Amino acid sequence: MSPTTYAKALNAALRDALTEDPDVLVMGEDVGALGGVFRITDGLTRDFGEDRCVDTPLAEAGIAGFAVGLAMQGFRPVVEMQFDAFGYPAFEQVTSHIAKMRNRTRGALPMPLVIRIPYAGGIGGVEHHCDSSEGYYVHTPGLHVVTPATPADAYSLLRESIASDDPVVFMEPKSQYYTKADLELPTSTEPIGQAAVRREGSDVTLVTYGPQLATALKAAEVAAAEEDWDVEVIDLRTLVPFDDATVEASVRRTGRAVVLAEAQGFAGMGAEIAARVQERCFHSLAAPVLRVSGLDIPYPPPKLEHTHLPGVDRILDTIARLQWDDEPDHTHTPAEVSA
Amino acid sequence: MSDITHLLPCPEPVQLIAADGTAVETSEQARERGYAMPEAEDLLAVWRAMVIGRRFDAQATALTKQGRLAVYPSSRGQDACQVAPVLALGEQDWLFPTYRDSMALVTHGIDPVEVLTLLRGDWHCGYDPQATRTAPQCTPLATQAVHAAGAAHGLARRGTDALALCLIGDGATSEGDFHEGLNFAAVFEAPTVFLVQNNKYAISVPLAKQTKAPALAYKGVGYGVRSEQVDGNDPAAVLAVMRAAYAHARAGHGPVLVEAHTYRMEAHTNADDATRYRTKDEVDGWTGQDPIVRLQAYLVEQGHLDDARIEEVRAEAEELAADLRTRMNAEPTVEPLELFDHVYAEPTPQLREQREMVRTELAGTATAAHGSTQTEDAR
Repeated sequence: MSPTTYAKALNAALRDALTEDPDVLVMGEDVGALGGVFRITDGLTRDFGEDRCVDTPLAEAGIAGFAVGLAMQGFRPVVEMQFDAFGYPAFEQVTSHIAKMRNRTRGALPMPLVIRIPYAGGIGGVEHHCDSSEGYYVHTPGLHVVTPATPADAYSLLRESIASDDPVVFMEPKSQYYTKADLELPTSTEPIGQAAVRREGSDVTLVTYGPQLATALKAAEVAAAEEDWDVEVIDLRTLVPFDDATVEASVRRTGRAVVLAEAQGFAGMGAEIAARVQERCFHSLAAPVLRVSGLDIPYPPPKLEHTHLPGVDRILDTIARLQWDDEPDHTHTPAEVSA
Repeated sequence: MSDITHLLPCPEPVQLIAADGTAVETSEQARERGYAMPEAEDLLAVWRAMVIGRRFDAQATALTKQGRLAVYPSSRGQDACQVAPVLALGEQDWLFPTYRDSMALVTHGIDPVEVLTLLRGDWHCGYDPQATRTAPQCTPLATQAVHAAGAAHGLARRGTDALALCLIGDGATSEGDFHEGLNFAAVFEAPTVFLVQNNKYAISVPLAKQTKAPALAYKGVGYGVRSEQVDGNDPAAVLAVMRAAYAHARAGHGPVLVEAHTYRMEAHTNADDATRYRTKDEVDGWTGQDPIVRLQAYLVEQGHLDDARIEEVRAEAEELAADLRTRMNAEPTVEPLELFDHVYAEPTPQLREQREMVRTELAGTATAAHGSTQTEDAR
């Protein structure tokens, strides 16, 4: 076992995929000699040649659309969008073509490609470098949306995404790139579509993913030490398909649920999760499902991002609102409520 | 290298047959690029395909009036651009059409009913893109330009000499994807041929409000793409120019952009009122440029075509139209549960649930109380 960072695990996954399948191509702006602005593609052009790890013109729609044509010819492109907000020019290609091609053609033209997007904040980036853009992609049928939070998942889920015959929007939380783990590669974790329980607990279920897993685990520790709340932490790993079963089983056991997402909250992934939990677990709930999210503002300038990002205190305050010692109050009659 | 003459289009659109059907002396530059009058046999094939294509187009327009199609964008008048470039394709080449290129798809050998499937509302694509080497007809403008560039690069990487033909309208040349497609194709030297059918209007907006470029063909030059302009109503010139473009791309010299000057004789679609934005005089002026009339006059004059053959092809076209009518008048079979079959290779758990809900609804057993499978109690 040797320490590996999340970024190095991704690099290893790309390297192993390029080695095993000659149809895999890595493409994007600056992925060649520079190795990507986060060095995820470091050394790939040197070792596999510029035909396999390809520097493209700077045009995101072009990168995504070019990958569509290559996928039609049986290649498996893995494209990098450099930063979340830089992916928006490619949005039409992603939503109108990549997501729909299989469906339009009754399965004749699958789109086995991966769109890697470094996303979310916490790195002190300037404007347009820290968007939580997952909501746009999860709302588009035809895409899988995967967001690993650990180095092991980074490797395993990227390998699986490249092998998938469906398009995968692979969202890499930038704040986790330098997270370390003792890890032997290659490694294989749970498959796409399966969530993981990262910390077991009996009092409340904290559902999260990607950039907020580390904060969630920290909050759970503080809750145990200071409030004697035993918090179960679920890492979704995959946003589409969504693992209802793992979330449901946990909430039924704990009776309380908090959804934690770094993205702005309104109409976002957190709202979807809260709604699903409420629909499925209503009779098991001792309290309403609450959300902790970023603020409904454009991503703030670096010196203010700590105000926007959910932190341990905001998570604990929210857990505290779950009427901790009270049983559900059924004493109000409908007449009283309407009055 | 500052010499760009090898990229520049001929100063005037290339023409081989004039509107009255007589052969035209070509410019020196056109001759240098190899644009010579094609063999009679090839011109006869183009003429036949145009006659059949136009009959198909008229039949599709009629089917729209009968409510059999939701909408149909006619390409009458653009017959030469629809037919000649497709007939000149090799067996391994790929075609990237837009919604207006139905005549091109029929010429490509795709069953006319399958060509109209999208517009009929049955299923989106309608044909098998792999078997026909034809991408789905593209509705968001110019997005297929980058697909064509990527596919052409893929074909070249596979070691074939196949190419991708991308059909584009004049309005689509304003879209970013048109420029990204040209640029990617050029940088990767991908064997892509972009044919702009400049029919003078993007729905109602005339070319003058679309661009300040003296010709759309010049847009290739800035990307280092060889460019050409051709009389799009001259089937012989379109065939000659496209063949030269294909040879250029196949030889590994990179993409070519061809602008064909033509005119859409009908409205944008049946939902459009073209009298609001163009004059009768303008339309009448183009009637005299008809590509079928022009080529037919030339072939008859040259003794390659007689009344018997004309009648034979006319009958063939009528037969196709009658067959199309019959088959389109039958209600298409639609299968609601197929909605879930091709979203992903394997449906997600959520789609499985929704499929079950629809299946129950279709079976007529659903009630308001039991319609949802998503409640805790239902499990």
